[in-house]
Amino acid sequence: MGRISLENVTKTFGTVEVIPPLNLTIEDGEFAVFVGPSGCGKSTLLRLIAGLEETTSGRILIDDQDMTEVPPSKRGLAMVFQSYALYPHMTVRKNIAFPMRMAGIDEAEQEKRINAAAAALNLTDYLERKPGQLSGGQRQRVAIGRAIVRDPSAFLFDEPLSNLDAALRVGMRIEISEMHNRMATTMIYVTHDQVEAMTMADKIVVLQAGVIEQVGSPLDLYHRPRNKFVAGFIGSPTMNFITGEEATKRGADTIGIRPEHTEVSTTEGMWKGTVGVAEHLGSDTFIHVHDTGLAETFTVRISGDIAVRHGDTVYLTPQPDQIHKFGADGLRIE
Amino acid sequence: MAIVAQTTKFSKIAWPVLAWMVGLLFFFPIFWMVLTSFKTDADAVKPEYLFWFKPTLDNYLNMTENYDYWRFARNSVITSVFATVFTLFVGIPAAYAMAFNPSRATKDVLMWMLSTKMLPAAAVLYPMTFLTKSLGLFDTHFLIIMVLSLINLPIVVWMLFTYFKEIPKDIIEAGKMDGVDTLGEIKEILVPLAWGGIASTALLCFIFCWNEAYWTVRLTTTEAATLSKLIEGNRAPEGLFFGRLSAVSTAAVGPIVVLGWFCQKQLVQGLTFGAVK
Ligand SMILES: Nc1ncnc2c1ncn2[C@@H]1O[C@H](COP(=O)(O)OP(=O)(O)OP(=O)(O)O)[C@@H](O)[C@H]1O
Ligand SMILES: [Mg+2]
Repeated sequence: MGRISLENVTKTFGTVEVIPPLNLTIEDGEFAVFVGPSGCGKSTLLRLIAGLEETTSGRILIDDQDMTEVPPSKRGLAMVFQSYALYPHMTVRKNIAFPMRMAGIDEAEQEKRINAAAAALNLTDYLERKPGQLSGGQRQRVAIGRAIVRDPSAFLFDEPLSNLDAALRVGMRIEISEMHNRMATTMIYVTHDQVEAMTMADKIVVLQAGVIEQVGSPLDLYHRPRNKFVAGFIGSPTMNFITGEEATKRGADTIGIRPEHTEVSTTEGMWKGTVGVAEHLGSDTFIHVHDTGLAETFTVRISGDIAVRHGDTVYLTPQPDQIHKFGADGLRIE
Repeated sequence: MAIVAQTTKFSKIAWPVLAWMVGLLFFFPIFWMVLTSFKTDADAVKPEYLFWFKPTLDNYLNMTENYDYWRFARNSVITSVFATVFTLFVGIPAAYAMAFNPSRATKDVLMWMLSTKMLPAAAVLYPMTFLTKSLGLFDTHFLIIMVLSLINLPIVVWMLFTYFKEIPKDIIEAGKMDGVDTLGEIKEILVPLAWGGIASTALLCFIFCWNEAYWTVRLTTTEAATLSKLIEGNRAPEGLFFGRLSAVSTAAVGPIVVLGWFCQKQLVQGLTFGAVK
């Protein structure tokens, strides 16, 4: 079991309030992802749940038990750190065994679980090595192995993949997702990588300056962002925001159009502009359009290739049912 | 080009020569002391016997037979070992707390600890003497162990703090998440990781304890008297017995020089930090 609730939790460092009163519940078995710009308090929130930081006020409940004052070692949670945080003086085997040894699990059972974890994580050949003799990806696996063997009620991940190269990151992302499907244990995952958030999460929590801007499923956030911040934060390339006449015409202060919800034509369309940079990825093309009179740059994403280059004139037409409207307060207008 | 070649050639010779000279300069008093310890007291002051003399072991025999060298040595070992162990026992948790759970007061506490070293020892000599006498602690092993511990504690905490600072905080936090309490964390993670630093701190603390002379001489008479006291006791009022004094001094610094020699690598490694990575 691992249902985690935060009730009016706040955190101040000195005089700086990093987390204003915050309420959040993560259901048992859920994969929750915290996203937000750097310094918004994602790690702090995770560390509050872990018990590595003390709450300034409010309560933290795990399975309806008040854990606010309980030390991290007694909360039954496992954490995977960005830096892996392996014990450099112990072999991989001893690293993985460590939490079990501390929990007083008998040797035979320890052995069984180590072997199972090592097999699942492709570490069998490295059990006798020290962390210093492993690659980044292998270290990350050891850190995950160390977390899973003790059967925690929830896993906490703080940007676990950000030190890995792109290819490895994709592989590990899938592995963690599979692990979650298999174990059905609560996982809380901090990242600033959109793709990780969108692909892995059951529930995304978007934070800004310690405030939750929106909580919802990835597609919820994508299709119905609650405000301009979430709209701009989720989706890549980011949404185009247009103010002025085009917005007022539609009864809004600002309208938002995603790059992928815009048609491009070289002959006709709603808005005219000139191509600044066209990025041809093969599968997709990103076109940065200037001089539309709408915004400094209007980004368009079309699938496949299109023969446009710098200086060409193009016409843009938004898909009418994909225009997001926001009021003067930044909130979504239905 | 020629100039560059010449300078390198020059520095290739000059530096070693300079190093040797400095080395010899430092070594000379020790050499002199050892040499003198094999002379009779009479020979020791005669210039004509500067290097050529009839070596004798009398000073050493005299020292062990009449001055009870072994009791002083035993006291030195007991007080230094226990003081070092006690200092680490207190210093490791203290440094751990300050390195990994710093508060706003941590910097001040560290400074305050160091500031205690700035108090001239002589200023508290009389209070200390009276106090220990009236408490019945004068000339006891317990007192000397405590005094040695307390005077070394600030420097030990400082050194350990510097070593512990080198350990990534994440590793300590990972330990917490893995279910160890504070004591377990110190035992299972901190001490094994900072082993090099702790060993060199211990060694240095031991050397300081062994060489301490101000308090050990003044707060002891016989029971807890250390080798420092033995050396001091050979300073006779009617003149110095150089031969005897040298023998006692040689026997007093001998063990520590040997210990230092064997732990050289450890010391250097510890003192240059970065032993964790
Ligand atoms: N120990 C601390 N003392 C003082 N301020 C802190 C401390 N830890 C974090 N902060 C501040 O709290 C804010 C939130 O930090 P946090 O590490 O949670 O951000 P984050 O969202 O994880 O950012 P990133 O994506 O860069 O990791 C930051 O402004 C940071 O400066
Ligand atoms: Mg962070």
